[in-house]
Amino acid sequence: MASLVGSRVERKEDKRFLTGKGRYTSDINLANQTYAIFVRSPHARAQIKKLDISKAQKSSGVVSILTGSEIAEDKIGGLIAGWAIRSEDGTEMKCPANPPLAKDIVNFVGDPVAVVIAESLEEAKAAAEKVSVDYKVLKAVTSTADAMNGDTIHEGIDKNLCFDWLLGDRQKVKEAFEKADKVISIDIINNRLIPNAMEPRACLADYNSASEEITLYTTSQNPHLSRLIMSAFGNVSPEHKLRVVAPDVGGGFGSKINVYNEDIVCSWAAKKINRAIKWVAERSESFLTDIHGRDHVTHAELAVSNDGKFLGFKNETIANLGAYARVFGTVTPTYLFGPCATGVYEIPAAYSNVKAVFTNTAPVDAYRGAGRPEATYTIERLVEKASMELGIDKTELRVKNFPTSFPFKQTLVHTVDSGDYVAGMEKAKQMADYSGFEARRKDSASKGKLRGIGVSSYFEACGIAPSAAVMSLGCGVGLWESAEVRFNPTGQVTVYTGSHSHGQSHQTTFAQIAADELGVPIENIDIVHGDTDKGTFGMGTYGSRSLTVGGIAIVNACKKIVEKGKRVTAKMLEASPEDVEFKDGEFIVAKSNKKKTIGEIAFACYLPGVRDEMKSPLPEGEEPGLKETAFFDPSNFSFPAGTHIAEVEIDPETGEVKLEKYTACDDFGRIINPMIVEGQVHGGLAQGIGQALYENAEYDETGQLMTGSYMDYTMPRADNFPEFNIGYTCTHATTNPLGVKGCGEAGAIAAPPTVMNAVIDALGGQEITMPATAEKVWKACKNLKKSNSKAA
Amino acid sequence: MRKVTLEINGKKVEKEVQDSTLLSTFLRDHLNLTGTHIGCDTSQCGACVVHVNGNSLKSCTALAADIDGSKVTTIEGLATNGKMHPMQEAFKKLHGLQCGFCTPGMVMSAVDLLQKNKKPSDTEIRDWLEGNICRCTGYQNIVAAVKEAATKM
Repeated sequence: MASLVGSRVERKEDKRFLTGKGRYTSDINLANQTYAIFVRSPHARAQIKKLDISKAQKSSGVVSILTGSEIAEDKIGGLIAGWAIRSEDGTEMKCPANPPLAKDIVNFVGDPVAVVIAESLEEAKAAAEKVSVDYKVLKAVTSTADAMNGDTIHEGIDKNLCFDWLLGDRQKVKEAFEKADKVISIDIINNRLIPNAMEPRACLADYNSASEEITLYTTSQNPHLSRLIMSAFGNVSPEHKLRVVAPDVGGGFGSKINVYNEDIVCSWAAKKINRAIKWVAERSESFLTDIHGRDHVTHAELAVSNDGKFLGFKNETIANLGAYARVFGTVTPTYLFGPCATGVYEIPAAYSNVKAVFTNTAPVDAYRGAGRPEATYTIERLVEKASMELGIDKTELRVKNFPTSFPFKQTLVHTVDSGDYVAGMEKAKQMADYSGFEARRKDSASKGKLRGIGVSSYFEACGIAPSAAVMSLGCGVGLWESAEVRFNPTGQVTVYTGSHSHGQSHQTTFAQIAADELGVPIENIDIVHGDTDKGTFGMGTYGSRSLTVGGIAIVNACKKIVEKGKRVTAKMLEASPEDVEFKDGEFIVAKSNKKKTIGEIAFACYLPGVRDEMKSPLPEGEEPGLKETAFFDPSNFSFPAGTHIAEVEIDPETGEVKLEKYTACDDFGRIINPMIVEGQVHGGLAQGIGQALYENAEYDETGQLMTGSYMDYTMPRADNFPEFNIGYTCTHATTNPLGVKGCGEAGAIAAPPTVMNAVIDALGGQEITMPATAEKVWKACKNLKKSNSKAA
Repeated sequence: MRKVTLEINGKKVEKEVQDSTLLSTFLRDHLNLTGTHIGCDTSQCGACVVHVNGNSLKSCTALAADIDGSKVTTIEGLATNGKMHPMQEAFKKLHGLQCGFCTPGMVMSAVDLLQKNKKPSDTEIRDWLEGNICRCTGYQNIVAAVKEAATKM
C-alpha cells in the first residue's frame, strides 16, 4: 500500500463547499427561533446615564430586551484574559472587568449595551432603533504611543498600563552595547489589522427546558475551550449542560478563538426566554467588534561589530490591548512576541520589554502569527538597516549570524530542535535569482522605475505548546490535544479530534495520517470535530498547532489500536503478541503465513464469540470494542523557519508599488500534503503582503473606526499579487514522531519585513511605515529626488 | 408584497415577497438555498454571486421583485445530474478553496468569465475576480483553477 503521507490528496471537504452544501452557523435555522440585534455604543468612551427600553418594548414582534443590569443580576460572568502576565517589578497584570453587556460604562465603539430579541430580524432591528441610551461622553484614549499619558480608562489601572513586562537581561545587554562598534536603531510601528475572516461571526443558541441543556452553534476555532470558558467564567451553565457546536467555519485567523459577548448573551437569554435565538454579524459589526491584530509601537536597537557580528539586541515596545484583555490578548505581545524578537540569529545578549496599554478601541488579540510577525518585523527591519549601514550584503550579514548547529539555544527562551538556515538562504537566493537582481534594477531604472529587493529570514515558535511550560508562564490551560480513533464493527474508522478546521483541511490531512497508521483506505476514514458532544475535550486550532499537536494525538491513538490488534491477533492465531507484526493493514505472525486484516480484528473485537463454542478472540482481561483515545502534550514548540525574498518596482510618478516577484523558501519539516501546505503558504503571504502594502485599521482621536467597511479597509484582491514562487527545505522536527512543523502562520510572519525591506531598498533606505501606500511612497520618491539632485 | 415568478436552478418558483427583499435574502431565507453566502453589507465581497439570465450578479445588489421572470442559477444548480461542473472540479483538483465561504461566489463569477472569455490570461482572470474577496487562498490556486477549467469547458 502506497503511503499517503507526502501525497497531493484532493480534499475530502471540497465537494460540499463547491456544491453549496457547506453548513455554516448562519445556514442553520431552528423551529420557532427568534432573532437578536445588539444595541452598541456609538461612543468610544462614555458613561451610561440612562438606558430606556420602554418604547422599544412596545415595538412589534419584540420578545425580550435585556441589558447589563439583568446580566449583572444573574451573575453572568465577563470575558477573560487567558494568560496572566507578571510585570518586571513582580506585580501581577491589571485587567478590567468585561461584562458581556456594558452596564455603567462603555469602552469602545461597538461595546454592546443591550440585546433586542424579536420574532423576525426586521422587527429586532426596528426595535433596537428605539432603545434610548443617554451617554455622558468622556475623552477617549486611542493612540498606542500616548495611551500612558491619557485619561485613566479603567478605575484603578494607572497609566492605562496592564503590565510592564521584561524578558531578558538588561545588564548583559548594556555591557554588550558598550563593547559594540556600532549601534543600529530603529523606530517602527506595527500597523493595526482587522482579521476579516470572510464568514462574519454568528451564533444560534437553543435551550431545552426538559433536559435543561443549552446548545450553542457558533463560529469558533475551539468549541471545547469556548464551553469551558462560558461555563467556568461565564456562569452560563454547568459544562455538562452546555453543548457547543462549531460547524463549518468560514475562516478564523485567530479572530474566532475568543468567546464573544454575543455567545454568552444569546446562550443566557435563550434559557431566559426558553426559545432559540439567532444572531448573525453584519460586516460592520465584524469590523467594530471582532478582535483586531498587531498595533505595536517599537524602538529597537542592535549592537554590532564592524565585521557584522550581532552582539546585543534590545526591544522596547508599547502594545495596544484595546479596551479589554481577551483570551490571547496578553500573551500575544509577551511570550508569543518577546522570545522570537532575536530572530534566527545568535545574539549573546538581548531583552524585550513590553508595556501593554488599554485604549478605547476594539480588543486586540491573536491574529495569524500573533506576536511573531511583530517580532520578525522588528529584527528583520533592523538587520536590513544594519546591512545598509555596514555595507555588507544583506544575505551575507544574515548568514554570518545564523546558528550553525542544532539544537540551537536561542537567546531568550527557546531551544530550536532542528533546522538548516544556511540551506534555506541558499535555496531562496537561487529560486529568486538573487544574483541577477542588479541587472533587473538597471532595467527598471531605464524605464524610470525604482526597483528594490528585500530579504527576511524568520523562525517562529508555534504548535502551542507544552502544557507545563505554558502554564508556568501564566497560561490558564494546558495546551495538549486529544484524539479518539473509533473503528466500526465493519471496519471503517471515525477519528475525533479536539482541534478544529476552518479552512485548514483536517478532514484530508488527518485522514491521510490515520490511513497510513492503520492501513485503512482513506475513503473509509471520517474526521469529526467541532462538537463538544462528539469526541473528547480538546483545545482547538490556533498557533499552527493542529498537525503538530492534534495530528500526533491521532498517531498515538492509532498506535494504541495497533497494539490491541496485535494482542487480539496473537490470541486468535495462537501466537505470542511480540511475534505479531503490523503492516499495511495486516497483522502478520512472524515467520508464518498466518495473518488477520485490521478489519477482521475490528469485527472480532465487537463480536467476540462464535456459535456453539465458548470461545473469545479476546485475550483474558481484554475489553471488547476497538476504540482508543490519546492525549498528546508536546515536549517543545515547533520551529518552522525560512527565508523569503521580494522584489518591488515603484513608479515614482504615482508612488504605486508593484510586487514583481515573491519567493518563499520554508522549512516545515515533513510535509503531509504538499497541495494543502502550498495553500497555507499562499494565504499567509497574502495576509502578510496585505499588512505591508494595503491594510490598516485606523481610529480617529475620538475613537471612531475610520476603516469600518470594505470601502475603507483595503482587503487584498486577486490583482494585487504576482504568482508566488514557493519552495522548501526539509529538516524533520525531532520533537514529534511525524517530524512535522507548523505551516499556517509562516507567510504572515515573513512577508511584511520582506516586502517592506524591498520597498525601503527601492527608496534608497528611507523609512516608511506600513502599509506602503501610494501616497507615502510618492512623498518618499519626492524626497529621494531632492536628495539626489543635492548630491549631484 | 408582490408575487414573483422565477426559474431557479431549472425549477419554477412562485412566491410572495416584500418589495424590499434582496435576492440574496430570498434565496437563503425563503428558499433555503444557503450555498449563496453573505460576507459584507456593501456589495464588496462577492460571496453572494449568482447568475441571473446567464450573467453573474452580486445577489445582495438586486431585489427579488426586480428580477421577476428571470432565470437564476445558484451554486446548488451548477452541477448536472450529480456531476460537478468543470469549474467545480478544477477548484477541487487545484485546491482553489480553503474555508469555502467565498467559494460559491468565486466559482459563479469564474464560470461567467469563461462564458465571456474562453481563454483568459492570468491578468484577465485576476482583474475579473477583483470583485470577489478571498481571505484564505492568496488567489493563486483560484487563478490556476480557472485556467484549468478553461481547458475543460
